[in-house]
Amino acid sequence: MPPEDHLAVRAAVDLDGTFPDLLAAHGAAVFTTALRVSRQPADAEDLASETFVRAYRAMQGYAPERIRGLRLRPWLVTITLNLWRNQLRTAGRSPRSVALGAADEPATGDGGPEQAVLDHRSNGWVEACLDTLPDPQRQAVVLRHVVGLPYAEVAEAMACPVGTAKSHASRGLASLRRRLAVNDPLEGPP
Amino acid sequence: MTTRPDLLTSLRSLRATPPEGFDEGVLTRLGLEPAGDGYVLVDGPTEPLFVAFGPEGVNHVLAARTVDGDPGRFAEAHRARFGRGLRPAPAPTGLAAALRTGKAGRLAFDLRGATEFERAVLRKALEIPPGEVRPYAWVAREIGRPRAVRAVGTALGRNPVPVLIPCHRVVRADGAIGEYVFGAPMKRALLGAEHLDVDGNEQLARTGVHFVGSDTTHAFCFPSCRHARRITDRHRVAFRTAERAVEAGYRPCADCRPGEARTA
Repeated sequence: MPPEDHLAVRAAVDLDGTFPDLLAAHGAAVFTTALRVSRQPADAEDLASETFVRAYRAMQGYAPERIRGLRLRPWLVTITLNLWRNQLRTAGRSPRSVALGAADEPATGDGGPEQAVLDHRSNGWVEACLDTLPDPQRQAVVLRHVVGLPYAEVAEAMACPVGTAKSHASRGLASLRRRLAVNDPLEGPP
Repeated sequence: MTTRPDLLTSLRSLRATPPEGFDEGVLTRLGLEPAGDGYVLVDGPTEPLFVAFGPEGVNHVLAARTVDGDPGRFAEAHRARFGRGLRPAPAPTGLAAALRTGKAGRLAFDLRGATEFERAVLRKALEIPPGEVRPYAWVAREIGRPRAVRAVGTALGRNPVPVLIPCHRVVRADGAIGEYVFGAPMKRALLGAEHLDVDGNEQLARTGVHFVGSDTTHAFCFPSCRHARRITDRHRVAFRTAERAVEAGYRPCADCRPGEARTA
């Protein structure tokens, strides 16, 4: 038995009183997931917001024992991923390709052009490369290495065995390392 | 060649926080009350206090007496001032110690409702040690606004977290203890609880003594400064103004910084 989630225990007794704390506790994990799967800040906010609305409505219909047994974080992230897949399906299109302009977004500070390149490489560049990974690899890398979920929760959210989640994440990382080396703005192609 | 930032560190730095107002937006969609601040009823140094706090720190203190000890009325006052409700919550870390020692420098405060000038005044008041008092003009001079003495008084009167941020340690230049947000008697009681000789301090000021020096160290202080209180009667020299002390060859104490400008 996994240890009980104290927010789930409280929510089972007082859903309305606990929900603001639940939002505060899991907002960052859900928003980060939404941002990295949708790759658009505007979509991410809607997706994260919809996640919590769906979660609340679902819990309203659950018996207290069921709420108490929830592992909130992977459960919420699962809702985010499902909502995103459904959105893609109803839109009847494959994931949109990401504008590489998104890589321009991180602040470059006042450290001059060289620092700008370094900042670019450390954040914007990684972000841009991450966005080009195939869906399962990107999701596994995001959930494990950006959001920081343990593999058990990554697997739960992706509805796959733990071993599969691990292999998606490690292939994703390897692919990122290759792309970063090839696209390195300082060193150029090998 | 530069070292490549570690990939895992870069990935972790991509963690994002929801935009401002996100939580409120979700709660509004669900028809729920926004998350309120927490509050506790605590024994203050002289009487019970209601203390409210959010994730950023303590944001509101009221003497419980001013709302008849009624949490509902404290919640009303809180909502009127900050637009948020209140719920009982465990006291924040450091609150008990701050109340016990009279030093709240390490306690987190949420002063976002205050103007920049007000925050400068409050931060300065926080530096005054327990049992010591400084004139309003001292605060004004220390924050670099020597002419804003009245505005300092107004800012202290609007202190959202009295007792913890010790606006009771700021007094009138003529020596009178002066007004207090929860009534002048509480100001005297708080200073008395910090072992300041309130009557003696006022008496001294009435006789025109605003600074005291030591003829052995040739430093001069505010009379309530811990260094001034150590001077033996034999070596104690009284001054009406800082200027006269300086003329007499005394230098201002580095701790209470009585300054050299004419006093009000």
